[in-house]
Amino acid sequence: MSDFHLAQFNVARLRAPLHGPEMADFMALRDPLNALADGAPGFVWRPVSPVDGADEWPYGPDVLINYSVWESRDALWEYAYRSGHLEAMRRRREWFERVAEVYQVLWWIPAGHRPSAEECVERLELLRREGPGPLAFAFRDTYTPADALAAATAA
Amino acid sequence: MDDVEAIAALRDPVRRRLYEYVAVQDHEVSRNEAAEALGLQRTLAAFHLDKLAEAGLLETAGRRLTGRSGPGAGRPAKLYRRASGERTVSLPPRDYRTAAELLAEAAEEAELDERLQRAARRRGRELGREAGPVGGLDEAEALLARRGYEPVREEGGVLRMRNCPFHVLSERFPPLVCGMNLAMLEGLFEEVPDLAPRMDPRPGWCCTVLADSKNNET
Repeated sequence: MSDFHLAQFNVARLRAPLHGPEMADFMALRDPLNALADGAPGFVWRPVSPVDGADEWPYGPDVLINYSVWESRDALWEYAYRSGHLEAMRRRREWFERVAEVYQVLWWIPAGHRPSAEECVERLELLRREGPGPLAFAFRDTYTPADALAAATAA
Repeated sequence: MDDVEAIAALRDPVRRRLYEYVAVQDHEVSRNEAAEALGLQRTLAAFHLDKLAEAGLLETAGRRLTGRSGPGAGRPAKLYRRASGERTVSLPPRDYRTAAELLAEAAEEAELDERLQRAARRRGRELGREAGPVGGLDEAEALLARRGYEPVREEGGVLRMRNCPFHVLSERFPPLVCGMNLAMLEGLFEEVPDLAPRMDPRPGWCCTVLADSKNNET
C-alpha cells in the first residue's frame, strides 16, 4: 500500500442557517452520505463530531467546512462523483451560495497523518494564493506524492 | 491508425456484428464465445476480432479461462473488450468537443446548473415528441438504445445505462453534466406514467437509471 494518502478539504457558503427549514434536505442527507463515505472503497478518515475538529468554523459561521482522507485520488473521485454523493452535488446550488474563490483543495499526506482544520485552511490559502502546485491542487491537475515530496524538499 | 481507417474497419458486416456483440457485453469476450454467439467458424471470428483490435476498436487481454497456471495450463485465451478511446469523424472537420468543454467550464463558473437543467428538460420533451409515445419499459429501452445509452435490463423493472453519451464532459464536470443528463431524461419520459429516471451512480456506468414504478417483479 502507498505510504501517502490524499487529504481533501472544501468550504461551502450556506444560503441559510444550517438548522433552518431551507437546509432541512441537506441536513437529512448529511448522515447517510457520511455513512456512505465511511464504507466507500479507499476511504481512510474524516473528523467525527463532536471531536476531531469536526465542528470548527475557521471561515465564520456561514461557511461550512468539510475534510477527509483517502487512499488515492481515484478513490475520492469515485465517492464524490460516482456514488449517492453525486445527487447531493447536483443539488448543491439549492443550499450553497456562489463562491468566487477556489473552494476545494487536495494534497498528499504521510499515511497515518490526521490533518487539522488549521492545516486545511493553510492548504486552501496556498492554492488560492499560488494556484495549483504539488503541495496544493485540484481534481483537474493532479500531482503525485513524489511531486509533493520533491517540492517539500526543495522548499 | 487514424479515425477514418478505424471506422472503415467496420464496413465488413461480419466484423461489425462482432464489434457490436463485444461492445455490449459486461465481460471480456473469448474467440469461442464470440464465434458461438454469432454462429461463425472460430477461425473466422478470430480473424475479424484481431482486425478490430488492430484498428484500435477493441482491446485485448490474455487470461487462462481454466484458472490454472504454470506449465501444462495451456496458452492463455485471448480476450476482447471495447477500446475505451473515442472515434469520431466529421466531414467537413468540426470540433464540437472543444466548444462543449469551454461552454461547460463557463456554465460551471457562472453556476448555471439550474438553467442548464431547464434547457435540457425542454430538449428532452422535444425529443420525446419526435420519438412518439412510449408505452412501457420495452419501448423506453429501444428509445434509450437509439440515443446511445446502451441500456441493460435489471431485476425489478430498472434500466441501467452502460454508456454515457456525454462521457468526457461528465468526467470533467460531473454535477453539472450528470444533472443535465438527468433533466433531459426527465423531459424525455415526462409523459410516460410509471417511468421515472433517477440518479444511481456506479463506477463505469451512466449515472442515471430509468425505473418502472409499476414493475416490481423479481
